[in-house]
Amino acid sequence: MTNLEKYNQAFVEALEITEDQLPGLEYQAIEQWDSVGHMGLVATLEDAFDIMMDTDDIIDFSSYEKGKEILAKNYQIEF
Amino acid sequence: MGFETFLEIEPYSLCEAEKEPLLVRRLEELTQHHRESCPAYNRILKSVFPGFDGPGLEGIPFLPVRLFKELTLRSVPEEAVVKTMTSSGTSGQAVSRIYLDRATSANQQKALVKIVSSFTGSGRVPMIIADCPSVVKDRRMFSARGAGILGFSIFGSKKFYALDDDMRLDVEGLREFLETHQGKPVLLFGFTFMIWQHFYKELLRLKQEGVTFDLSNCVLIHGGGWKKLQSEAVSQRDFHDRLQDVCGLGRIHDYYGMVEQTGCIYMQCEYGHLHASVFSDVMVRHPLDFGVCGIGEPGIIQVLSTIPESYPGHSLLTEDEGVLLGRDDCPCGRKGTYFKVIGRLKNAELRGCSDTYAADYQ
Repeated sequence: MTNLEKYNQAFVEALEITEDQLPGLEYQAIEQWDSVGHMGLVATLEDAFDIMMDTDDIIDFSSYEKGKEILAKNYQIEF
Repeated sequence: MGFETFLEIEPYSLCEAEKEPLLVRRLEELTQHHRESCPAYNRILKSVFPGFDGPGLEGIPFLPVRLFKELTLRSVPEEAVVKTMTSSGTSGQAVSRIYLDRATSANQQKALVKIVSSFTGSGRVPMIIADCPSVVKDRRMFSARGAGILGFSIFGSKKFYALDDDMRLDVEGLREFLETHQGKPVLLFGFTFMIWQHFYKELLRLKQEGVTFDLSNCVLIHGGGWKKLQSEAVSQRDFHDRLQDVCGLGRIHDYYGMVEQTGCIYMQCEYGHLHASVFSDVMVRHPLDFGVCGIGEPGIIQVLSTIPESYPGHSLLTEDEGVLLGRDDCPCGRKGTYFKVIGRLKNAELRGCSDTYAADYQ
């Protein structure tokens, strides 16, 4: 599985949404991605990539695209 | 002046003389913003504080906290609200409703992270939550209890809810969790009464049966009120000593906070004092004329917060009695105001996650 597939799958699993909803998706734009969903998403991503994110990155993780940027920049995950 | 300015400052690094002008500027801007955006707030200020504004922190008008139970106070359009939080109340009691938009909600979390990290270090650690998982289940309507747990859960790298939905300690789960994370720092979070009733008392019972737990690598952060424990004559000292005895838990921080000003909690230092961070401040007022009390003079606690933009809750008169202990000179080295909470005002309704739960607990 590529990193992008893993990344997408984490969203699909944690937020119970479909892949076509992902582009442009923002935190708190849908009911499932609220603060509870957010912590679930972080836990799923951490397991998928075997990383531990910083609190600052968890707070800055404000959209599907922003998340990719954070993982690439701070956790050396290439997409 | 945006809230970001405050995020760049170490939370306990400013002395009062440096902090006050920043705080006054931000709070005056918030008062203006809420007057323009929340008609109900503007009407209240016009009738209660006609001669407003006075100079300095003392001149910032304040609302009694119970108004959030009686009125819808919102400074953003309804569509902008992403989360509504409710205060904890005993069964049948009216609850406050606090309306959060994205910015205010995010700033609450940022402030909390800054404050707590300055006590525990910035790394995320395994976390034991002394509560049941069902308190965070209702997602659109957050109780103060759920909000507290959720806010703190950002510090947990792995999380374990130590109680089941009947508030029974999951003894096996706890043992496994501690074994998995042996030798690492662990964060234990819970509300004061739950820690005492469902965690401490159960550990004590187990110890008498020869089953022991070692929590000496844990830091406990707890809040939500002492009323029930005061009625059982358990002092803070007893609370600390007995937890230390039963499981070796030595690092314990109480905190004071409320759902109306989520995020900027007041953490207790190693000397037992509650500290205001750069995001907030406390004043104490006389119960009769609302004049400002000096250090050592007990009165009603007023809380000021730089965070609230989506609801007019930046300056609130609580129903708690307290006393200022000093400014900038706590032996722990943290700057700013430090104080003590004496308890609830007489005839005030019970609130606080710990106290309201305890009142319904028979």
